[in-house]
Amino acid sequence: MSANHHGEVLKHHFDNLEQQHAAERLGMWFFLVTEVLFFSGLFVAYTVYRNWYPAEFAFASSHLILWIAGVNTGLLITSSLTMTLAIRSAQLGDRRALIRHLLATFVLGAGFLGFKALEYYTDINERFVPGVMFRTELAKAEEELAASHGAAGHHGTAQHWAADLAKNNAGKSYTDPGYISPGRVQLFLCFYYIMTGIHGIHILVGLGCILWLVQQAAAGKIPRENYSTVEVVSLYWHLVDMIWLFLMPLLYLAGAGTHAAGH
Amino acid sequence: MSIIVADEPRVGPVPPEPAPLKTNYLNARSGILSWLLTVDHKRIGILYLVSLTAFFVVGGLAAGLVRINLLSPTGAIMTEDQYNRMFTAHGVVMLFLFLIPSIPAVFGNFFVPMMIGAKDLAFPKLNLASWYVYMIGAGFMVWSVLAGGIDTGWTLYPPYSSRYSQSNVFPGAFGAFITGFSSIMTGLNIMVTVHKMRCPGMTWGRLPLFIWAMYATSFIQLLGTPVVAITLTLLCVERLAGIGIFDPAIGGDPVLYQHLFWFYSHPAVYIMIVPGMGVISETITCFSRKNIFGYKAVAWSSVGIAVVGFLVWAHHMFVAGISYYSAILFSFLTMLVAVPSAIKVFNWTATLYRGSITFQAPMLFTLAFLVLFTVGGVTGLFLATLGTDIHLHDTYFVVAHFHFVMVGGMVLAYLAALHYWWPKMTGRMYSDFWSRASATIIFVGFFFTFVPQFVLGYHGMPRRYPNYPAEFQVYNVLSTAGASILGFGYLLPGFYLTLSLFFGDKATANPWSATGLEWQTPSPPSTFNFDRTPVVVCGPYEYAIGVDQLGRGLPEPPGPGSADDPASHHGPTGPAGPMHKETHVVG
Repeated sequence: MSANHHGEVLKHHFDNLEQQHAAERLGMWFFLVTEVLFFSGLFVAYTVYRNWYPAEFAFASSHLILWIAGVNTGLLITSSLTMTLAIRSAQLGDRRALIRHLLATFVLGAGFLGFKALEYYTDINERFVPGVMFRTELAKAEEELAASHGAAGHHGTAQHWAADLAKNNAGKSYTDPGYISPGRVQLFLCFYYIMTGIHGIHILVGLGCILWLVQQAAAGKIPRENYSTVEVVSLYWHLVDMIWLFLMPLLYLAGAGTHAAGH
Repeated sequence: MSIIVADEPRVGPVPPEPAPLKTNYLNARSGILSWLLTVDHKRIGILYLVSLTAFFVVGGLAAGLVRINLLSPTGAIMTEDQYNRMFTAHGVVMLFLFLIPSIPAVFGNFFVPMMIGAKDLAFPKLNLASWYVYMIGAGFMVWSVLAGGIDTGWTLYPPYSSRYSQSNVFPGAFGAFITGFSSIMTGLNIMVTVHKMRCPGMTWGRLPLFIWAMYATSFIQLLGTPVVAITLTLLCVERLAGIGIFDPAIGGDPVLYQHLFWFYSHPAVYIMIVPGMGVISETITCFSRKNIFGYKAVAWSSVGIAVVGFLVWAHHMFVAGISYYSAILFSFLTMLVAVPSAIKVFNWTATLYRGSITFQAPMLFTLAFLVLFTVGGVTGLFLATLGTDIHLHDTYFVVAHFHFVMVGGMVLAYLAALHYWWPKMTGRMYSDFWSRASATIIFVGFFFTFVPQFVLGYHGMPRRYPNYPAEFQVYNVLSTAGASILGFGYLLPGFYLTLSLFFGDKATANPWSATGLEWQTPSPPSTFNFDRTPVVVCGPYEYAIGVDQLGRGLPEPPGPGSADDPASHHGPTGPAGPMHKETHVVG
């Protein structure tokens, strides 16, 4: 089999397969370097603002949906395992196992996106979106709070976060300790949507690559000699997982221990 | 392997002139699709050459209009708003569509594989994709210009660019974001190629200095470009959503944008200039018939610039309200980055010393580069110095400094490369007289254009202003007059290079008698560059003993070829002459 496939796998401008695989791997590693730097711009900006506005970041963070983030973390870590198993199957030349593992990875990754979509849906329903939605919802909560002034508890229609924020800031001016600036809460939300959004796009691209691999494997185009194709995609997939492992605590656990509120 | 050099340096046997190929990369296939779908690195280089030339013309026209408007203290032809859009168009087009891709995309694509003895770049399809990505990004920018332009300046600082500008910021910024990916693709491709595709015997110590420079450039492209990509993404989000992380209304910090922007955009000027430095190392050795002085120093100074260049960005922000202490640090680091550049200039000068210099067009461009780049570099130190920068910041002094480095340096290096490699790329020789005339005219025009701007800036004329006090008019008129000479000088190559394609003499394989591997193929080369994998036996610049990288003798350099021609092999200081240059073979 190898002699036959050798000619198809080796591209004309390489001397041998070893050189070709080494070039492919190195290319992907360099690409991952650019990905790290792409996200590092966000991480730097996040670090600056979180140092400046710790209370607002903690408040906003504790109103995100932690259980979804937890489930999603589990899904992605598991998908990294199945992806690695796929490389092993490719090295062994086991086409059925390769396709099985790739499909498992795909399902786990798609599951991540499904839960993510559910989370966005809930966030938007709660009007937890920077800009007009945020301002109108907060104004409503402040009105309700003023209307129910003196009454115990809150039974209004305003969303949980808005009510919390209104209650926290009631009677405080922005120079008082403990005041949570609504603007800076929105700043956190900008980070939340941009970071998870860009990460989500990366997952989507990864899922596309995995589907392509499945198609290639099914067509018998990933012989043992060409396992590096799977390896290169897996490198990308692992990096996207790893970025999530940084995003998750930065976004969801920034408020851990400071607020009992939230979901 | 290395050459065994006897007591006396000697000339190896000169290989016979290879017969011109019936099928070369240009005529191997024909039709527009054979170009648009090509994965041949040489054809992609030509695609880039054509598109870059077009954008250079566009950016040049915008510059011409800016200069014409400045003829009068109150603006000769444009309203203030039109003027803002015009200089922004000049900056955006020249920087993102010409200078950043320029040498890597044209000559890097074309010559990196040839100079290291490879058949192609490591990822040919990615290479083609990079051109399409570039064209898509350029399309967005053209859209923004045609829809009325951008009025923010090429730096796109928020909150002006995000909140208040009434112009087409989004397509422009998004176009820059997209062309960035093209830059990353080219850089990644070249880096992997240099690592993995070198032919036998091509050790790191034998790499031509152009390759070292391209490697250092690719390193910057890889590390810097993603940061500006995310910065522009954040800017686009803010522009479209009306809210974002640089928005002061919600506690965002516009100065953070400047930090992130310059973290890329300062290293980006090294993306522009370092490839030019690589070209100069090739031409200056060839046209002074001497080995490079200090190979390792020139090679590592490219890497030094790439590394230190990442640590200097905040010198663009000395008056933006950054901390006094960080300003001192950045001032110091900025001076530090001048050191590797100076090392290069000194080594080039030492290479010229006692060389057998001939003045073909590539050499004229090279010498002009040396003068202009040095002036540009030294005036950069005025701006690196904290105290003087407060005075000179955002004045025409900065404009003149930047243009000395980028136009006097980079564009001349680009033209040197174009004239040096044109015979190899097209198989034709261009007019000797007109090319020298063009180099001279460009040099003179350049001086007239930008020296008055140093004076203007020193006396306090701010950049980007359409109006100025009447006493500045004489300098502005001088500058505009110089710009028209410069523009004429740029037009000339358009004519004689085009004419050479049809009427030029056929070029020999090695018309300049150069040592690099790219000259050891017929002109123009075949699709796969070499008919067999070359084996390199020595360093890249063995001009003193007259040996190419394959260990074969060099043909006679162009010129009269008589015994009193110093460039000739048999001239007094030629490899076979009585006073041949001292050397030792490196690598």
